Amino acid sequence: MLHFVSYTVVTGLGRGVDALADALAQQRSALAPCRFETVQLDTMVAEVEGLDAAPLRADLAAFECRNNRLAQLALEQDGFADAVRAARERHGAARIGVFLGTSTGGILETEIAYRHRDPATGALPAALDYRRSQNSFSVVEFVRSYFDLTGPAVAVCTACSSGAKVFGNARRMIDAGLIDAAVVGGVDSLCLTTLYGFHSLEVLSATACRPFDPERNGISIGEGAAFVLLARGDVGVALLGVGESSDAHHMSAPHPQGLGAKMAMQAALQDARLAPDAIDYINLHGTATPANDAAESLAVSAVFGRPVACSSTKGATGHALGAAGAIEAVISAVALERGLIPGSAGTRTIDAQLLPGYRLRPEAAPLRHVLSNSFGFGGSNCALVLGRSS
Amino acid sequence: MSETRGRLNAWVEGIGLVGPGLADWPQAAAVLRSEVDYEPGRCALPVPPALPAAERRRTGAAVRVALAAATAACEAAGRPPSTLATVFSASGGDGDNCHAICEVLASSERFISPTRFHNSVHNAPAGYWSIAAQAMAASTSLAAFDASFAAGLLEAIVQAQASREPRMLIAYDTGYPEPLHAKRPIPDAFAVALVLVPERSARAIAQLTLALGDGTVECCANPVLETLRAGNPAARALPLLAVLAQRRAGTIVLDYLAPPRLLVHVECPA
Repeated sequence: MLHFVSYTVVTGLGRGVDALADALAQQRSALAPCRFETVQLDTMVAEVEGLDAAPLRADLAAFECRNNRLAQLALEQDGFADAVRAARERHGAARIGVFLGTSTGGILETEIAYRHRDPATGALPAALDYRRSQNSFSVVEFVRSYFDLTGPAVAVCTACSSGAKVFGNARRMIDAGLIDAAVVGGVDSLCLTTLYGFHSLEVLSATACRPFDPERNGISIGEGAAFVLLARGDVGVALLGVGESSDAHHMSAPHPQGLGAKMAMQAALQDARLAPDAIDYINLHGTATPANDAAESLAVSAVFGRPVACSSTKGATGHALGAAGAIEAVISAVALERGLIPGSAGTRTIDAQLLPGYRLRPEAAPLRHVLSNSFGFGGSNCALVLGRSS
Repeated sequence: MSETRGRLNAWVEGIGLVGPGLADWPQAAAVLRSEVDYEPGRCALPVPPALPAAERRRTGAAVRVALAAATAACEAAGRPPSTLATVFSASGGDGDNCHAICEVLASSERFISPTRFHNSVHNAPAGYWSIAAQAMAASTSLAAFDASFAAGLLEAIVQAQASREPRMLIAYDTGYPEPLHAKRPIPDAFAVALVLVPERSARAIAQLTLALGDGTVECCANPVLETLRAGNPAARALPLLAVLAQRRAGTIVLDYLAPPRLLVHVECPA
């Protein structure tokens, strides 16, 4: 069995697991009016504070970009870096893999560079290092370099399911005997492409997002990073199941009956060898668009057939896109270890047409098994089942 | 725990390929066997016939080359596209689309069309493929800069062994226009797809056995092919494809992370 040896998170709610857990217990939201960069959109974002004052380690300065700063900030919380170094001592640098989800990586640096093209030639500024900033693999190469790891490594870029799917990559590599441990996670930072892109799709809410509310009207974007060190063991939180599927329906809209989502949840339960009855809490994808929440609701109802305690935490963290799956895996771990069912910040009333088990307010409850959903553009679906080791 | 459990291997059942001056795998195989000269040209970008018309119009180079290679590989393997789980791998997204978005974001307009935006995700080819093939099986989209082909091959074979089911690897990358080209000099599109099965089947043409290790990365002897190999991350597959085209045995050291390299041992049954 694989377990979480160590885990950490940074979101707009704060730095480290305790900051996240406290905010969830107190139903705080990180969403605030967008003042990011030069963006002029009527929307709310969950921005991570202090990144401008958090440069990369001097020997890794070539990797400078907002996304890698966010990654480094998370690596330095919760004793995570020490845990990775201890694993490297134990297993060897070649026996630790790095599998990270990201959607936009360091594209922000290129977006800004396009404003500073040479007027005569159109060339981008010499300082722009495409490989170590914009490229999706940059954050993986950065984390690998941060710890001098030499095992298999890859970025998973399946839009908003990325940060969940990496758990499957890591487990397959460990099961194949290629590695003994893996740094998995997700990192996505604010950029103009996603803010203006979701705006053009007309799914960006002007107010703080309201998942599963009858008046929900779109997403609020956030940024964040979460990392988990996975290895064989049975202490704390266990990775019990991973389920993946494709909608085969539309590039940016969910299957209307949530068929792909249903398949992913069923596959995760089968992988965990658990009946639906064993799940005590579902951390929903819950982006707060009318269509997404409706489709997810149908999928969850089809799989569980009974009210299950569930909520979306996007109203607290914002939607951190490629990092969301990893952040919500950490939220699920917090739920298991601290006996907390998170509420739904931002939601005023629960849409009576949707899930009857939906929780508005946080509550204490002993949890054994939690399922976390992550769905993305291109119809990419992933569900994780986590459990508390006895 | 220092050795891999069992052999990390799979059989190649079908190959699809499109690249500059290379219309399909049979032509590329003839080039790689030195039966015909390689004449570089622009990579053809065939419109995917299996997509609904509305989706078809929205496709860019990345989607077109990935779907062309995937379709051909399925045909060669004799497997219905709807049944295959897939591993897509590329260094980056569609170069033209990325440039268009960055340009408009640097302007005072800042209006990104919805199509440009949903085509900007790295998994756009996977999304369009699943729609075209009606494939609801698991699919992933990977990125590993210049190591993307080897990273995809490793993941696809690990998945095939873990699931005991076929997997299709689709590795592709597209050209980057200026000014991005100066930062990421990929000249043109290239895509290769491999249908990989865990057990030998009637159509299996070669067995690949993987190991992580070190060694000198294999180059192409033909300097024009070597330019192609070095110029597009997906074309890093060419030394392996040459061995498959020549139906010979051998061990190829593929460009992967440095370290490790990916060692691919090829055996072709008589």
